[in-house]
Amino acid sequence: MTTPSQTVGPFLSIALRWPDGADVVPDGTPGAVWLRGRVIDGEDEPVLDALVETWQADADGRFDHPDDPRGRVASAVPGFRGFGRSETRSGEWAIRTVKPGRVPDDRGGLQAPHLDVSVFARGLLDRVVTRIYFADDAEANSADVVLASLPDDAARATLLARPSDDGYRLDLVLQGPDETTFFTV
Amino acid sequence: MVPADLPQYTSEPGVHPPLLSPDYRSTVLRAPRRSPLILPQGLTEVTGPLLGEGRVQPSDADLTRQSDGEPIGQRILVLGQVRDSDGRAVPHTLVEIWQANAAGRYAHENDLWDAPLDPHFTGVGRVLTDADGRYRFTTVRPGAYPWGNHHNAWRPAHIHFSLFGRAFTQRLVTQMYFPDDPLMGHDPIARSVPAASRGRMVNAFSMADTQPAFALAYDWDIVLRGRGATPFEAPSPADATAEDA
Repeated sequence: MTTPSQTVGPFLSIALRWPDGADVVPDGTPGAVWLRGRVIDGEDEPVLDALVETWQADADGRFDHPDDPRGRVASAVPGFRGFGRSETRSGEWAIRTVKPGRVPDDRGGLQAPHLDVSVFARGLLDRVVTRIYFADDAEANSADVVLASLPDDAARATLLARPSDDGYRLDLVLQGPDETTFFTV
Repeated sequence: MVPADLPQYTSEPGVHPPLLSPDYRSTVLRAPRRSPLILPQGLTEVTGPLLGEGRVQPSDADLTRQSDGEPIGQRILVLGQVRDSDGRAVPHTLVEIWQANAAGRYAHENDLWDAPLDPHFTGVGRVLTDADGRYRFTTVRPGAYPWGNHHNAWRPAHIHFSLFGRAFTQRLVTQMYFPDDPLMGHDPIARSVPAASRGRMVNAFSMADTQPAFALAYDWDIVLRGRGATPFEAPSPADATAEDA
């Protein structure tokens, strides 16, 4: 008897705009990077009323969460929240974070560093979910079970954030020839 | 290696709206056209942000007491329980709401409808559910408002709800509607949900929870995805809380 999803509509920012939304890690955290990009619609226009949320392991690949069977561990990075939230009204979303560590998969291996991502917007009746990986982790990416499950390199490329002057960039493309690979989870 | 007994959140088919629902015009250029792939539920998916007390002030639960005067409108209570589809309460989880004022206007710079703004109403609330997953807001009943989707389009009165649960898989954003709203049957956003589950978005008037000489009450329980495969079911909300401690 799950409650159905509905769109966030055009006015989400009155409630879901957090002054510290971008701060997956606090300002001044050593090794912090900005992860940024646009959200693009089917006419190749930036979506300015979307909300992007991210969730990730800490730099050691751990979660401060009771359902992690390795035990919940407070991050070695003070103030690490794991969760980021950003609007796109400036034309892009942006979060300040540290690159996540590798997290075990279910086959005895390690996943490549990644963030889980939700995109909400007017015109999206449910969130869409994807993952962000890092283009400069080629070796780890080649061993990642989720990336390996994708049909081809073009699908994988839509998930790879590229190094930029202050961190990494990746556009999230809702629709079109370069459409992001989205997941059901 | 991660043990194979990670909680796995089951998805109930036929509940959520199709992303491409052309009667709601904004979906046409925003809904992805390729079928989504399956993301297995691993550690990143079965964990999630557990956002704590620091994010919520006691006054955030009462939208009628956020300024030096009371907002205009019918004062109401909106209350209920957040649980998962296995019946387990979801305690201590962040609930965020936003809504139009009694005249049907949002306190948002892009809401250009000429209904009056209310200087005493932000339309924004947040609470953490209690140990039994219960939440409660005091607010005013939102008005209906016109929008540009089609000729003479009006949104039924609704309150937006955002919920986290305890796992990335449980995240839910939805809208709560009011009983017997004649606009709901004309609304392409509400009607995007399969008819059989549409009623789950509608609250129930409660005489029992109505406060004498104060406010009408509407009950609305919110059900997130459950952990159907978990071998040890918590038999009561109290036990679920102990497990979470």
